[in-house]
Amino acid sequence: MTAKMVVEGITKRFGDVSALGPCSVQVQPNEFLCVIGPSGCGKTTLLRVLAGLVPPDEGRVWVDGEEVRGPRPEVAMVFQHFGLFPWKTVWDNVAYGLRVQGRPKAEIQERVPKFIELMGLRGFEHKYPYQLSGGMQQRVGIARALAVDPEVLLMDEPFGALDAQTREFMQEELLRVWRTQRKTVVFVTHSIDEAILLGDRIVVLSSRPGRVREVLSVDIPRPRSGDRVRGLPRFHELRHRLWELLRAEAEVVR
Amino acid sequence: MRVAAAAPAQRRVPPRPRMTPAAIRWLSVAVGLGAWEAYGRLLASPIFTYPSAIARAAVALVQTGELQFYLQASLVVLSLGLLLAVAAGIPLGVAVARWPLLEHATDPYINALYATPTVALIPIIVLWLGFQTQAKVALVFLFCVFPILINTYQGVRSVDRRLLEVARAFCSTEWATWRDVILPSALPFILAGIRLAIGRGLVGMVVAEFYTSITGLGYMIVQYANTFRTDRLFVPIVVLMGMGVGLTGLLKRLERRIAPWMHVLREE
Repeated sequence: MTAKMVVEGITKRFGDVSALGPCSVQVQPNEFLCVIGPSGCGKTTLLRVLAGLVPPDEGRVWVDGEEVRGPRPEVAMVFQHFGLFPWKTVWDNVAYGLRVQGRPKAEIQERVPKFIELMGLRGFEHKYPYQLSGGMQQRVGIARALAVDPEVLLMDEPFGALDAQTREFMQEELLRVWRTQRKTVVFVTHSIDEAILLGDRIVVLSSRPGRVREVLSVDIPRPRSGDRVRGLPRFHELRHRLWELLRAEAEVVR
Repeated sequence: MRVAAAAPAQRRVPPRPRMTPAAIRWLSVAVGLGAWEAYGRLLASPIFTYPSAIARAAVALVQTGELQFYLQASLVVLSLGLLLAVAAGIPLGVAVARWPLLEHATDPYINALYATPTVALIPIIVLWLGFQTQAKVALVFLFCVFPILINTYQGVRSVDRRLLEVARAFCSTEWATWRDVILPSALPFILAGIRLAIGRGLVGMVVAEFYTSITGLGYMIVQYANTFRTDRLFVPIVVLMGMGVGLTGLLKRLERRIAPWMHVLREE
């Protein structure tokens, strides 16, 4: 199987600080790949390099065998800060990507309601982001990313700003949506539980500069739900293993 | 109110006023006007006046059509000057924010002109442009353009970098980013600039009319001051006050309607 996304030896420095790498990862088609690591290890930088938002200092990234040299329409991003436009309604925010990519009007009229429905936003089309809760805002963010029908979805701690309950609910929602919209997902998180619940594989990054410390396969059958997964012995084994890895990394920093 | 709520244990909490804030305001105005009226009637000085005399003078000036005539002249000057300031200030502010070369090249001029008291320029404007509408429009323009230009520049500059990155991630072209992100984000700043400009523009208009041609509300004021008609003198002043309050109030409401999210952020 050819990989959807290939990351080869990328590094990134900010001034004197080496933030990332060298880091190499392969993402399989339709895979849900979680990236976890101690804080400040360059998870977000890695994702921004994958998105083509910042060029790596060394190394290269390919999507479908094509080198990434800038943002690409088949790669969509969901941000921790939601990144909604406060002057646009929910409808216009969801339509944003389609409009900016110059899709035909008929397609926009067809796709926007579909993803508003899918993300449970019906009835909120004409609300502005500031009128919505954090969880609802991120639903808009996800709907906006899915609406452009991307092949790869990059998610940068999308639930990091949400409270624990909303977060769990959104995780299950994301799994439900991912079942119908099979995408290749790279999901950055700092939550071990979240990574196990969502991921097919988990990439553990080392402390700064982030390198791939280990890649774990999450052999828990789908469909998964938070309740059920947390009751499985395998969940606790994985959790323990991830804890050890992350603690070892945290100690390196100290 | 907050102080009272924060100290519930204290016995002597100051009593909450029983009237609504609006009622207090109206009452305060009524008391002020009443006191002025009483004092003015008592004093009965030819160079002092009081509200009822001003009201009578206003009726007379409206009946002869004098007030309308001068008001119209003033409004033409104000709106032309403001319109030109908006038409020049916004594009210039955008351009200066967009191109660093232009920013650095124009910065000394903008700063120097903005810092110069604009009234100091009146004689030179009169010398160059004469005493007619042209000169007055130019003065109002000079009074108005800087707040608009500077606010536009600030608005463009203060756009959320994260939203710019969102636009980039969705492969937005630069032109589309200006349309979808930068200008909408700058709009509340631009409106606030126009609001400030109206206040300054009114000053510019009156001062220009003091010094230049023989029309407008400013001319009315000078004319009646010279002839000691204080009751008539106050009529254009009251009209100017009304214009200032009305126009800035209108802009504030417009800001709130166009950028409701700014309003919410401020309240938080």
